[in-house]
Amino acid sequence: MLESLVFYSLAAFILGFGVLVVTARNTVHCVLFLVANFLCVAVVYVMLAAEFLAVIQILVYAGGIVVLYLFVVMLVSLRRAPDTPPDTRRQSQLGFILSAVMLAEMSAILMYSAARPSSAVASAPAPAGGGNTEMIGMLLYSDYLVPFELASMLLLVAMVGAILLARKDV
Amino acid sequence: MTAVTPITPYHYLVLAAALFTIGLIGVMVRRNIIVVLMSIELMLNAVNINLVAFSYQLRDGAGQVFAIFVVAVAAAEAAVGLGIILAFYRNKETVNIDEMDIMRW
Amino acid sequence: MIETYVLPVLKILVLLNAVLVSVTFMTLLERKVIAWVQVRLGPMRVGPHGALQPIADAIKLLLKEDITPARADRWVFTLAPIVSMVPALIAFAVIPFDRDVTFFGYRVPLFIADINVGLLYIVSVTAIGVYGIILAGYASNSKFPLLAGLRASAQLISYEIAITMMLVSIVIMAGTLSMVGIVDAQYRAGVWYVFLQPVAFVILFIGGLAETNRAPFDLPEAEQELTGGFHTEYSGMRFALFFLAEYANMIVVSAVAATLFFGGWLRPFPNVPALWLLGYVPGWVWFLLKTFVFLYIFIWIRATLPRYRYDQLMRLGWKVLIPLAIANLVVTAILKVLL
Repeated sequence: MLESLVFYSLAAFILGFGVLVVTARNTVHCVLFLVANFLCVAVVYVMLAAEFLAVIQILVYAGGIVVLYLFVVMLVSLRRAPDTPPDTRRQSQLGFILSAVMLAEMSAILMYSAARPSSAVASAPAPAGGGNTEMIGMLLYSDYLVPFELASMLLLVAMVGAILLARKDV
Repeated sequence: MTAVTPITPYHYLVLAAALFTIGLIGVMVRRNIIVVLMSIELMLNAVNINLVAFSYQLRDGAGQVFAIFVVAVAAAEAAVGLGIILAFYRNKETVNIDEMDIMRW
Repeated sequence: MIETYVLPVLKILVLLNAVLVSVTFMTLLERKVIAWVQVRLGPMRVGPHGALQPIADAIKLLLKEDITPARADRWVFTLAPIVSMVPALIAFAVIPFDRDVTFFGYRVPLFIADINVGLLYIVSVTAIGVYGIILAGYASNSKFPLLAGLRASAQLISYEIAITMMLVSIVIMAGTLSMVGIVDAQYRAGVWYVFLQPVAFVILFIGGLAETNRAPFDLPEAEQELTGGFHTEYSGMRFALFFLAEYANMIVVSAVAATLFFGGWLRPFPNVPALWLLGYVPGWVWFLLKTFVFLYIFIWIRATLPRYRYDQLMRLGWKVLIPLAIANLVVTAILKVLL
């Protein structure tokens, strides 16, 4: 009962803030709604027993990536060109139609799989002792070591690239 | 109070699908490139919710590990994307993607 | 029923009240200590030896006119002090004051929640606190606060990296992210972690000074620079909220230092049975004593050291503290495997 209440209110917040991100006029407001969205998604992760991922979501996504967006928004809006009228070649209705098609496709897949009883659900073994963080740590360093190292290389390359791109060529 | 259906992983999948669609609309309709990038972040979050819901259902940690990699890749992508926007803005002073239509000037 | 609903609510009420009262009286403590360092007396007029000065300050700030700049973003202008204050307060949820205390027959653990990612929780809510400064600078719709806000937040996110890497070396030693678990690990090891990880303690202290915008890293909010920094346009209770948030952050950093490095609620030499007399002092008294010592050192440093220039500050954060934290991490990991 409590879980349903929490889930439905969280879902309302997530989707509401998502719609506000996409429709707000002022870009700084978009960024703020994005932060609120990410915080609600972190609570969803806690509901799904993934507390390490929830804290990582707040620390990296809401506390790092969105701060970067906010910095760029402020640097870009210091000198702002006047709003131009919409480009006549743009067809926004096509965007809505394509998104509706995508939503219909995903709903069809979900309803199809919900109609068939799933067999592999409760037969999976319970996780080993220790908490969520320990399990992720063990997996990252044993089964998924190569992707882990590759991800660190990717972040290094992205860091160097971002510094080079944003630097003023003096 | 009538009994409410318990929350199955399908509820999370529906939530993720709806969030993905909202992000998709944002990518296709908005003109400000920063809002387009933020809508892409919404889509990545929807994918993450999906992964973690399946990890919860199948009791396999691989979903959460995948989600952590998605977060790391999203961070890298945001950094580089915003660097590109800044470099472009320094040359043309616009963030309207309809005006970003030539390759060099 | 009582344990899951009533006790946490009571603990939250007590903790919030205690934190808010202590941050108001910390303003008085700071003024008094800085005055004594400078061979003068500080506030003496209100109450005995100026003890009621914070109440006078609070009344003044509450009754001040609430000015919002013209064409400022009203929602964001009101939101910024809230976003600054709330993370400072909710970080107290995982700080353990003692393991448990027997109270009217109930064993009450003196922390609100012991989540098993407690340390990372504190770091992440501190990361959220950066938004208050950026939004305050943006919402004032004026050039000085905007640039000062961007500078201050750049300083904060730079020092966050050094602090997070240093915390990982503590986690390697303790084997857990939970705050209560780290204190237990110090009890099992028989020695406070400050003796095993002195470099990490120094990095935490310097990083904590920079994270809370305290001297000598308080360039973004000094009055002589950038006309008051990101809170130039704030007056009255909103200005008070920014300063209370800063003091609350100071208390959080002191409490984290006391828990991670100085044994939390453990007495000095916790495993030596010959000092059993010290065991009569309750654990939370030791904890509050240690936190108070750190707060005093914060204020002492403010009274003593001159201010860093911005480029010196950033150079210290990126070129000195981060390599030091990484080196500390590597050495800790190697020694932990070998020993």
